[in-house]
Amino acid sequence: MNHVRADFPILDRKVNGKRLAYLDSAATTQKPIQVIEAVDDYYRRYNSNVHRGAHTLADEATVAYEGARAKVARFIGAAADELVFTRGTTSSLNMVAYGWGLNRLSPGDRILLTVMEHHANIVPWQLIARHTGAELVYLELTDDYRVDLTNLDRVVDERIKIISMSGMSNVTGAIGSVAELVEVARQIGAVSIVDAAQSVPHLPTDVSTLGADLVAFSAHKMLGPTGIGALWGRREILEEMEPAEGGGEMISDVGLYESKWAPVPHKFEAGTPPIAQAIGFGAAVDYLDKVGMSELRKHEIEITQYALDRLAEVPDLKIVGPQDVAVRGGTVSFELGDVHPHDVATILDQEGVAVRAGHHCAKPLMRYLRVPATARASFYLYTVEEDIDQMVTGLYRARELFGLA
Amino acid sequence: MALEELYREVILDHYRNPRHKGRLPGAHFHAEGQNPSCGDEFSLDLAVEDGVIVQVATQGQGCSISQASGSMMADIIKGKTVDQVEEITTKFKLMMDIEEGENPVDPARPGAVLGDLEALQGVRKFPVRIKCADLPWATLADALEEAKAAQ
Ligand SMILES: Cc1ncc(COP(=O)(O)O)c(C=O)c1O
Repeated sequence: MNHVRADFPILDRKVNGKRLAYLDSAATTQKPIQVIEAVDDYYRRYNSNVHRGAHTLADEATVAYEGARAKVARFIGAAADELVFTRGTTSSLNMVAYGWGLNRLSPGDRILLTVMEHHANIVPWQLIARHTGAELVYLELTDDYRVDLTNLDRVVDERIKIISMSGMSNVTGAIGSVAELVEVARQIGAVSIVDAAQSVPHLPTDVSTLGADLVAFSAHKMLGPTGIGALWGRREILEEMEPAEGGGEMISDVGLYESKWAPVPHKFEAGTPPIAQAIGFGAAVDYLDKVGMSELRKHEIEITQYALDRLAEVPDLKIVGPQDVAVRGGTVSFELGDVHPHDVATILDQEGVAVRAGHHCAKPLMRYLRVPATARASFYLYTVEEDIDQMVTGLYRARELFGLA
Repeated sequence: MALEELYREVILDHYRNPRHKGRLPGAHFHAEGQNPSCGDEFSLDLAVEDGVIVQVATQGQGCSISQASGSMMADIIKGKTVDQVEEITTKFKLMMDIEEGENPVDPARPGAVLGDLEALQGVRKFPVRIKCADLPWATLADALEEAKAAQ
């Protein structure tokens, strides 16, 4: 996989005089030249609004925008007209919460989540619960950080109308229990939603066999631009779902007092969409297709195993997440003795190593695990052993500065 | 080199052995602060008699910089009047570049102006960490606001 690095210009830069070891891909990934050029090309050659103009540029822009939709859809095994472009995972999940949850939940209904969710898959449901009188219930975790599926019957019953779950934790790296929970949802007639912000970028995903009803993800976590993401939904559900926003582009007819919606997916895309970003998103999935998602997964398993092995050598270091690479992705949270994660991050940054520190937008999970904060190193197709080695060197430096001899 | 200046021994000592730690039963004033972006927390109890801070207790959770800053702050404000504490706060903010102006610290006499707190000057080279050092002081400002309102 080393050959891909040449496509990522940013990886050549120096940080604090050191080689950059970018280990923060769970926050956002770097962009290959192919994506940067696709965005650049749109602005230079055919910048125009979509679906609106009877001129050549508008036509080219529309073709590219809809072409990007088809690419992203194909990337997850979906049909193009079931794929809605959104601002990202957060807006996809809010769109479902407001467009589906708000109209269908009543007092006493339940929404089932897991304690390992990102705030983006908790807070929208809290808002909807407040509006509708529905209740939130949570699945807990096993000792190895996976969703605990024992005693499911204690929580699961017909009151549950929505199950929304993470495909992969952005803190522990644990792969979610999507197949199992989708099956639970099917049995009780609930709608199943996957927060796939961390899973679609890292695990081969085929919605035609996944069984979930709705899947949300972000372009910027899979080589694409910020400001765009997707919501895939089963056609029947998208047909039933109300648009959360109204405006141009999403209508088929507008009267003074009432309007008719455009067909799915356009009814969810009010206003001028992020066109350049969509085109960049298309280029990103082209790139991932070329590499191959199973090759990518194989690389991430190898680099994650290497990281877990190297981190195991560092005294006082505790991994917060599964040890088995088969059930986890390349997002590795850890604690280093009494050195606070922010201090770890500052020291690593001086070594050119970019990691994130804090609660990672998953405060309920942090409280559940009783860790106030972690440092987190996260990998992608361009991560190499040298990056991990550089981090480990930095961790020894942290030990030294904090007098952990 | 910058890292050695950031993680001075006195800072690590306050981080690991925070002074005046705990709650103050019967405190007159209480304030809590948080940095939502990083999750650091700091809370403060003050007992004030005749305008003098007679007792201080703090609790917190977070990085070495925020917690050491809080411990040093507790040390320096105990026994001072509210007015004196406001002066100290201003000096601290000038020293840390939080407020614009001349750094009041005298390099020829280390510790003479702000005591142990002067060790925090190394943080200025790490602008993203300045908010860590400031958390306890923002919390203190809230508590003093209450104290002044009560006067
Ligand atoms: C698991 C998970 N869900 C949701 C999000 C939110 O994604 P975005 O900020 O792109 O909307 C993220 C990333 O921050 C994430 O890691």
